[in-house]
Amino acid sequence: MAATEVLIEDVGDEAPASSKDLLRFITAGSVDDGKSTLIGRLLHDAKALMEDQIDALARASTRRGLAELDLSYVTDGLQGEREQGITIDVAYRSFETARRRFIIADTPGHEQYTRNMVTGATNADVAVILVDACKYWLPQSRRHACVADTVGIRHLIVAVNKMDLLDYCEDAFAHIRDEFLDFAANLHFERVEFIPISALKGDMIVERGANLGWYEGPTLLQALEEAEIPGAAYGSDDAPLRFPVQWVSRSGGPGRVSRRGYMGRIVSGSVAAGDEVVVLPSGRVTHVEEIDTHDGVLARAHAPQSVTLHLEDDVDVARGDMIVAAARRPALADAFEATVCWLGSEPMSLHRRRYLIKHGAKTVAAVLSRPSYRLDIATLARNTEGSTLTMNDIGRVTVRVQDPLPWDPYAANRATGAFIVIDALTHDTVGAGMIEGPALGVEAVAS
Amino acid sequence: MNDNTVRKVEDETAAVCDIGRRSQPAPGFRRKRLTAPDVSPWGTLEALESEAIHILREVAGEFQNPVLLFSGGKDSVVLTRLAEKAFRPGRFPFALLHIDTGHNFPEVIAFRDRFVGALGERLIVRSVEDSIREGRVVPKGPTESRNAYQSVTLLDAIAELGIDACIGGARRDEEKARAKERVFSFRDLFGEWEPRNQRPELWNLYNARVHKGQHMRVFPLSNWTELDVWRYIAREELAVPSLYFAHEREIVRRGTVLAPVSDLIQPAQGEVSESLSVRFRTVGDMSCTCPVASRATTVGEIIAETAVARISERGATRLDDQASEASMELRKREGYF
Repeated sequence: MAATEVLIEDVGDEAPASSKDLLRFITAGSVDDGKSTLIGRLLHDAKALMEDQIDALARASTRRGLAELDLSYVTDGLQGEREQGITIDVAYRSFETARRRFIIADTPGHEQYTRNMVTGATNADVAVILVDACKYWLPQSRRHACVADTVGIRHLIVAVNKMDLLDYCEDAFAHIRDEFLDFAANLHFERVEFIPISALKGDMIVERGANLGWYEGPTLLQALEEAEIPGAAYGSDDAPLRFPVQWVSRSGGPGRVSRRGYMGRIVSGSVAAGDEVVVLPSGRVTHVEEIDTHDGVLARAHAPQSVTLHLEDDVDVARGDMIVAAARRPALADAFEATVCWLGSEPMSLHRRRYLIKHGAKTVAAVLSRPSYRLDIATLARNTEGSTLTMNDIGRVTVRVQDPLPWDPYAANRATGAFIVIDALTHDTVGAGMIEGPALGVEAVAS
Repeated sequence: MNDNTVRKVEDETAAVCDIGRRSQPAPGFRRKRLTAPDVSPWGTLEALESEAIHILREVAGEFQNPVLLFSGGKDSVVLTRLAEKAFRPGRFPFALLHIDTGHNFPEVIAFRDRFVGALGERLIVRSVEDSIREGRVVPKGPTESRNAYQSVTLLDAIAELGIDACIGGARRDEEKARAKERVFSFRDLFGEWEPRNQRPELWNLYNARVHKGQHMRVFPLSNWTELDVWRYIAREELAVPSLYFAHEREIVRRGTVLAPVSDLIQPAQGEVSESLSVRFRTVGDMSCTCPVASRATTVGEIIAETAVARISERGATRLDDQASEASMELRKREGYF
């Protein structure tokens, strides 16, 4: 396929803007793998860089005494980053081709910034992990794959970079692929693609280039354009309705009967007028009277639409409650097992600190147990000796909350299986949690 | 020409409508969803819109005293429509706040007042002029850009009104410092943005906790691009100030920019002003916002022009961003939007 076919200028081929879908992906790579160059190359070759941005790159390149345009400066954002030549924080970038809109979460690769990769990965549909072909398969790359796996990304693209330094040798590429597949056998990816690239020379990013004739798969951009968007599955009729209530409206003027509307975003499934629903945690069963939006009443609404629900009975519903399909209810419990990525600079405290958990639109007080194991994310070994979790650790803990929460396992439903841990004293976000199942040895309150 | 650009054009996607008119669903919008719910297109705009509504409702649920920063520019017009989508038929659970530099384009202020009047929500205005009178800001001269001074006035307003969250229209695609911004962006007692120590932001679970004196900046349009904004303006038939459409204007060429001649910008010695067909891509302080050459007179033409633009939105239009490579970052650290 000629590269020009995917350029934005080719408005003749362009899908109507309104129907272009949106893919969110994360890029992760170790410090010297050339990730910044890759993103620069992707944006440059997809014609997503503007002339003034290219001029700025040229100025920066010249200032550092470089003869050629250094595309890696595209991702240099902050002053501290430019000074240190590293990426500190997640940067989000948008671009679009004739087929699709993309949002890149560009995350720093260094070990101490694992928390930033977790941050970027939680909203990603696809992970692109960059591996330096010359260095084979470093522990750091395993960490990236493991983090992507932990937060539930099921489509992984391994971009094997710097093929130009190895004369585009197929054996080197195959070696990395086989080594990774051995490791990935223990993970949960449904799809893993390997693409040999040279970000520096522009091979197999947007254009195929002339150097990788032995490779018949898609370019990186093609792979991204063809990737399935798993979020779409949440809106299917097969998924159970989950609707966290964010805000309660009372419409109707003075002297009129006020009518309450429950505003929120459908996080999974769909809902139609007349559907039987249950409000959790109260357990009251009622029916949907009407689905309202500013643009008019809907017969049916799907995830991830934001709507207002009116219920037939005058039941008590507040922010933080969840309206769910009566026939397919989530678990409702005040304790559960969870995998937690610890993000706080202070270790997880078992006694002294009070924690809050935000789940859906609800925030509750919580106590976290000693971890039953800590995951070594380079080897996937489970270490049972640790007494707590420190920054960048991933481990299994039992969570007890003050009020019962309606939850699904994270593997079945990202939106109702995820929570964040907030330090009640400092208000910092200190943990990212994924619910695995019922608390061991604790019975569910109701289900 | 009426400065509100009240006109109707043939192109269905390029309608510019009267702000006094009651809002109608975008063409085909409601019908599609009602008759064919399972095949309704779920595209980028729908995803971004739903995400923004979710963010606005989280602000309502989590904060005591939020405000929506309203400048009258296209991004704040879009934000306001999203707030209508989130909260109508009820009232907004926040007031609008405009930080007036005193150097605004008069068309924009007139637009602001008409727009807010038609909207029926409360507008609070705090002005840099007052900050100057009180000695909080000392300008170097009457024509100097007041863009950076807005931060002082904004932070004073936040303290005075006890604001705990400011909803803003900033987008990540505008500038590289903004690319690193969170949706819920924490500000300390001094209003400072500390990019190295931002709270991790996971899934759509926003940590909105702040202590007294601290506040949050919330950016529902974080993931939107300039093109998304214009497509949404077209879809929703939103009115925007006339400055965004091509018009004849006296300008002077300064380097790569076209500086608009006004009380604040006069041709220097040796400079010759000329009249050119231009439009503004951003609308800000008159002393530092520059137009681009354009003949786009409808939203549809702007979309077509933006889709093939080779210069970024702030690239040839902002004198303030070009001062140094880190200008935006430095201003943001000091409490800028």
